Amino acid sequence: MSPIPRYHSRLRQTPAERRAESHPLTWRLREDGRRVTLDDYLAGDGYAAVREVLGEGTPETVIATMKAANVRGRGGAGFSAGTKWSLTLTGDDLPRGYLVCNADEMEPGTFKDRVLMEQLPHLLIEGMILGGFANRSRQGYIFLRGEYREAARALARALEEARDADWLGPDIAGSGFDFDIALHTGAGRYICGEETALISSLEGHRANPRAKPPFPGQSGAWGKPTVVNNVETLCNVPGVMRHGADWYQALSGSLSEDGGTKLYGVSGRVARPGLWELPMGTPAGELLERAGGLSDGRRLKAWLPGGASTGFLLPEHLSLALDFDTIGDAGSRLGTGLLTVVPDDQPMVPLLRNLEAFFARESCGWCTPCRDGLPWTVRLLAALERGEGEPGDVTLLEDLARDLGPGRTFCAHAPGAAMPLASALAHFRDEFTAGIAPSRTPRAVGEEG
Amino acid sequence: MATIHVDGIAYRVDGDDNLLAACLSLGLDLPYFCWHPALGSVGACRQCAVKQYRDADDDRGSLVMACMTPAADGTRLSIDDAEARAFRRGVIEWLMLNHPHDCPVCEEGGHCHLQDMTVMTGHARRRYRFTKRTHRNQDLGPFLGHEMNRCITCYRCVRFYRDHAGGEDLGAFGAGDNIYFGRHRDGPLESPFAGNLSEVCPTGVFTDRPPGDHYTRKWDLQFAPSICHQCAVGCNISPGERYGELRRVENRYHGEINRFFLCDRGRYGYGYVNRDDRPRLPEWRESPGAAAVTLEVDAALDRAGDRLRSARRVIGIGSPRASLESNHRLRELVGGEHFSLGVTAAEQACLATMERLQREGGLATPSLREVEAHDAVLVLGEAPLASAARLGLALRQAVLGRREALAAERGIPAWNAEAVKTLAQDRRHPLFIAYPAATGLDGLAEASWRLAPDDIARLGAAVAQALDPAAPEVASLDPALAAAARRIAAALLAAERPLVVSGDALGSTAVLEAAGNVARALARRARPGGLSLIRAEANSTGVAMLGGRPLEWALGEIEAGRADALVVLENDLHARLPGERLERALEALATLVVLDHQRTAVWSRAGLGLPAASFAEGDGTLVSLEGRAQRFFQVFEPGVLRPESRIRESWRWLHALQGTVQRRRVGETRLDDETRHCARQHPALSAIVEAADHADHRVQGLRQAREPHRYSGRTALRAHLAVSEPRPPQDPDSPFAFSMEGYAGAGRPQQENAFAWAPGWNSPQAWNKFTDEVGGHLRAGDPGRRLLGPVPGDYAYARAVPEGFVRRDAEWQLVVLPRLFGGEETSRRAPMIAARAAAPTLQLGGDEAARLGLAEGDRLTLLTPAGRLTLPLSCSAGLAPGLVGVPAGLVPGLATGQWGRLEPAGERRRP
Amino acid sequence: MPETPTPPPRAPIASDGGGFALDTADRQAMRRERDHYEQPQAACIEALKIVQRRHGWVPDGAIPAIAEALGIGVAEVEGVATFYSLIFRRPVGRHVILVCDSSSCFLCGVEALRAALEARLAIGLGETTVDGRFTLLPVCCLGACDGAPALMIDDDTYGPVSPDDLASLLEAYP
Repeated sequence: MSPIPRYHSRLRQTPAERRAESHPLTWRLREDGRRVTLDDYLAGDGYAAVREVLGEGTPETVIATMKAANVRGRGGAGFSAGTKWSLTLTGDDLPRGYLVCNADEMEPGTFKDRVLMEQLPHLLIEGMILGGFANRSRQGYIFLRGEYREAARALARALEEARDADWLGPDIAGSGFDFDIALHTGAGRYICGEETALISSLEGHRANPRAKPPFPGQSGAWGKPTVVNNVETLCNVPGVMRHGADWYQALSGSLSEDGGTKLYGVSGRVARPGLWELPMGTPAGELLERAGGLSDGRRLKAWLPGGASTGFLLPEHLSLALDFDTIGDAGSRLGTGLLTVVPDDQPMVPLLRNLEAFFARESCGWCTPCRDGLPWTVRLLAALERGEGEPGDVTLLEDLARDLGPGRTFCAHAPGAAMPLASALAHFRDEFTAGIAPSRTPRAVGEEG
Repeated sequence: MATIHVDGIAYRVDGDDNLLAACLSLGLDLPYFCWHPALGSVGACRQCAVKQYRDADDDRGSLVMACMTPAADGTRLSIDDAEARAFRRGVIEWLMLNHPHDCPVCEEGGHCHLQDMTVMTGHARRRYRFTKRTHRNQDLGPFLGHEMNRCITCYRCVRFYRDHAGGEDLGAFGAGDNIYFGRHRDGPLESPFAGNLSEVCPTGVFTDRPPGDHYTRKWDLQFAPSICHQCAVGCNISPGERYGELRRVENRYHGEINRFFLCDRGRYGYGYVNRDDRPRLPEWRESPGAAAVTLEVDAALDRAGDRLRSARRVIGIGSPRASLESNHRLRELVGGEHFSLGVTAAEQACLATMERLQREGGLATPSLREVEAHDAVLVLGEAPLASAARLGLALRQAVLGRREALAAERGIPAWNAEAVKTLAQDRRHPLFIAYPAATGLDGLAEASWRLAPDDIARLGAAVAQALDPAAPEVASLDPALAAAARRIAAALLAAERPLVVSGDALGSTAVLEAAGNVARALARRARPGGLSLIRAEANSTGVAMLGGRPLEWALGEIEAGRADALVVLENDLHARLPGERLERALEALATLVVLDHQRTAVWSRAGLGLPAASFAEGDGTLVSLEGRAQRFFQVFEPGVLRPESRIRESWRWLHALQGTVQRRRVGETRLDDETRHCARQHPALSAIVEAADHADHRVQGLRQAREPHRYSGRTALRAHLAVSEPRPPQDPDSPFAFSMEGYAGAGRPQQENAFAWAPGWNSPQAWNKFTDEVGGHLRAGDPGRRLLGPVPGDYAYARAVPEGFVRRDAEWQLVVLPRLFGGEETSRRAPMIAARAAAPTLQLGGDEAARLGLAEGDRLTLLTPAGRLTLPLSCSAGLAPGLVGVPAGLVPGLATGQWGRLEPAGERRRP
Repeated sequence: MPETPTPPPRAPIASDGGGFALDTADRQAMRRERDHYEQPQAACIEALKIVQRRHGWVPDGAIPAIAEALGIGVAEVEGVATFYSLIFRRPVGRHVILVCDSSSCFLCGVEALRAALEARLAIGLGETTVDGRFTLLPVCCLGACDGAPALMIDDDTYGPVSPDDLASLLEAYP
């Protein structure tokens, strides 16, 4: 009998490969993969940034440092965290708002926030305290996906430790700043990762996204100014505050304009799938090498740079730096920065059918293109996969990919679905047309009504 | 104002609007689904996509949703852009993926917004070849059918039902392309406004649930502009007729009153018009109890004339549910000194008080639109959702108006509906309610008090005193009530436009005077507030302005032998007066003539019954609680399908009868003659002549058509009666023709419109073509004339304040509780309303029931001098201690303020 | 070997939800949840989970009970209950197997794994074994892509799982 394959989240880099000065996110992770306790964390310079900032800093200085460091959101959109914070409505005559950590990691191909929360929850808590201070918030929420049971246990324990040691609660570290964090676990649905849908869900509603403007910074949870940041983004904050914007910028050296490090990962048909903390802008090829290349002698056909909602790139793109602008210029998106690798023996039509079925199932059902357009896409792809496509189907798919694009739908969900579809159609159109049944003549189409 | 450029043409628009509303207000055609003028924008359906350009040099532009884009000054957009048109066509194609191809058998067909928009976008060919999703439907009660397969998931239903109307039992379930709009489980929709879903739903998911074999397309219905007769609000309606029956009541847009929505009593309460047992011929009864024989018109008039001429004295009893013209003509027939308004003395005292307060209270009575603009509300002794439901819905919008105020502070436009709701959460304008029982608005109220009527009056008087020390003091006021009064007064003073709402639900002039004192005090503090006073019936306000004596006076005259003949106009006396006394009086009469469209108990006692027209078969004028005179017009001529029918408007019968009695040759009278005659005799009513267009009004030389121009089967309608088609009935009373020939549409604005139709717009959304801006006023002006308003002068406070309520040990004070369904005289006779009405109960406070050892559902007898009543007990209304609640419309003679004993009846239920 | 999870105590509920009564402790737990947020509605999802922890699923009768306990609208509760994929509005087996069907697992053979599971349990996705032991459901990316193909049984995540692992894996869930 084979051993039970329990899944454990882990980093591929050994402790020896991770140093405090170059791996701010992961240098404290233990070899055995167990949770870093409060004592361990304190011994490793933990909460030093909170002590410093709450002692000497002001919200304005925190935001200025974040802006100078150019910390870009690690949830996928890459929006400047400092700018987002500077747009939050704060003022004595305004109600205190909320800092919400988006820990609803559900982007297919993404498994980076899990390791931070399971093994280093205090780094996230420290980042949230700093974020809360910068945004004049008194209450934080961690919106954690329901399936992350291990992370829920680790966070709950760490929150307790932090509260017991007065890192959370009233008058943190004698600074007069009050801040606490509640853990909110979800009940499924990918759309909860969209920041406004997340707020709807936090409020206990159906997770329909909300129109912007007003942005959450003006009117978010319960109408209060609300900041939503990804786990990894918030985990960057303590390092930035402790060592400064220049240090952060220097972490990526000449590789990227975007500063800092990134939790990169590779999954799919590779020899050594896993996670690495590397300088922002690390070339994709280097990452694929760390993952041992494709498994079983396969060759690379295509890759997704950062989750299911990014566009396919080709082997020729492996030299590109994995940062927001470079990947964006190549016609895709960095997304979460975790590569999904497609081998040459993988036909694209079934893969796209799988991807689009995911997006169709996870549509919240609010706007028409997403709700009704995606299932149609899936049915067309399934027909092509069975070889039952009809003339015109590929053009129809192209039309759908266009009409599901940005600006035409209510939120970014359908455009996320359109991106891999449009890029696959562009790069591998022949595979799609091959699904059209040769004998089929165009059917008479029905009339409406 | 802002200038926007649409397809190269500059327009001036309201810069606070979104582009969709601005374009529609300009009369441009742009398709939409999830947006609604009363519900704002949510950007869900993506149907209203337009191309927006950054500036004059931008020739690429980008697609935006017009409903979510501000109509900012300088905005450049194109509706006609090819990419925008293609996208809009594509949206319809998506909506059609799961929409069944059942238009030919769909009840919505012909007035379907989805059909209109599909034609507008040009989508016609279906490329989707896969299976359609199907749903199971629910039984949602007697009003609405449910066909979820037709749903296009625009979310309008839940946004109307929950956000606008406050219902909690309709929701959006599921996710993705498997979304279901329905109830948690089968059952009647609870909201009294649920019927609006049939118009809010852009397609055939929620449709009126007429009897299955009675379905008629909108284009085959004959309509007329009418006024709802089911309460005093005066909502404008478009009843539709086919085959001599009303088939549907649709909302008729009035910019100051109902705008887009009706209540379900108004929408579904018309069934009494179609009752088989309606009198359709004059009936003669030789002696009481004898079988009735039918008469021809002349014979009936002659016999009535003989009897009335030979009578010593004739008394006429009018009706608050009959038109001014009919009441006036009866008054003319019998003489003012022999005329009763047809209401009890207690009600008449309230009506007189309300009319006086509308002149002398110091605050004007707002229209429903104006009600929505008030920012603090005090309701004294009324349950608006039960007695004037559409006003209750307007009060809800007033209280929720705080949302827009808060949004404005943050620069969030009022049309951004979800954002406005999110920002405000449960912050609302203050609403205070004092009533003996729970009301449907309590959930919105900052505070509500359950008090006996006299204590409500004391609370009101104390509020007035807190506002103005010159108002009379309330002696020995309970400290809790005193605190409440200070709190209410502070909130009213802090408001920019406070509103006081009261009425005669409790039959208490003390409550009304207290409301008047509050209004007067606010006026003295120079607050531009409003005073809204609820009457029970469609023409209660009007008949009170006509003047006359109460019902008890009429009985007294008959009992004393001072009158031996009685003419009763459209009044179910047995529903208003204690039965025994009434029967004795009727027996004492030598002659009883009854005009009605319902076979009431008093009709069955009449020597002569004259079949009167209901609102559907006749014309007339009503005065709403706002004091607005409004005309309703005949929808159909009953003789077309029932040639034997001799139904006439009561005023027409009475005019002829008057001539017969006086042995004068009288010619035909017409509505305009009757209206003018009434106006001349009653200076306070002089403006009713201007309430609507007269019979000689023409549009381009044409009458207005009652029938849409696709009206079909005209010759077949009567084929079972005769093969030749008679000339259509002529209408001497109105500018409308019983025909499809004539003017219809929005191109030449009219005040009175039989139905909503404009080229390309067959659904109720066509009203947007009739208004000066979406949700605004009719371009020809909203119909009706205001008769009542504040008269300048220095009016004194009412000084009398009742003693506080003292509960008794073995007796309970009665409170007659108005009911939306089943509590009104005519709609109660409509099968759909009867099916919807809750089983009547006796109401006690929960503590009272426990003290008596009674449990919910135990049968209980109420004994009063006026009668007895046995019903199951309920504590759901949360009555104040010492009171027992009786549902309105069950036992005549029971009135609020009477005392009664309670006895268990039969076995008790063990809890 | 993972610890054998103790099946939660379950009150008998008719499949149409008849006979449902909210447990007092659950009601108190819901009220406590409510205090974590500005509005009672926010406790709705957690309240549904509380019912699900006790009964394994959310019977019809729980919907109005939760609405009443939190003071929110019944349709709003049902709207939430039917939106989220981890709230079960139909009875499920003693153990719920969530099979990740997202892209990385797809690339690494999840369809074969799912077919093997379906064959072994003789049920399809969305179904429960006749003995009431397992319910099989799809789930979007479990965030275990470096262990693809992955699945979850109750609280435990496994990956990479090959069809050969299933026998010993399922044995741990009686």
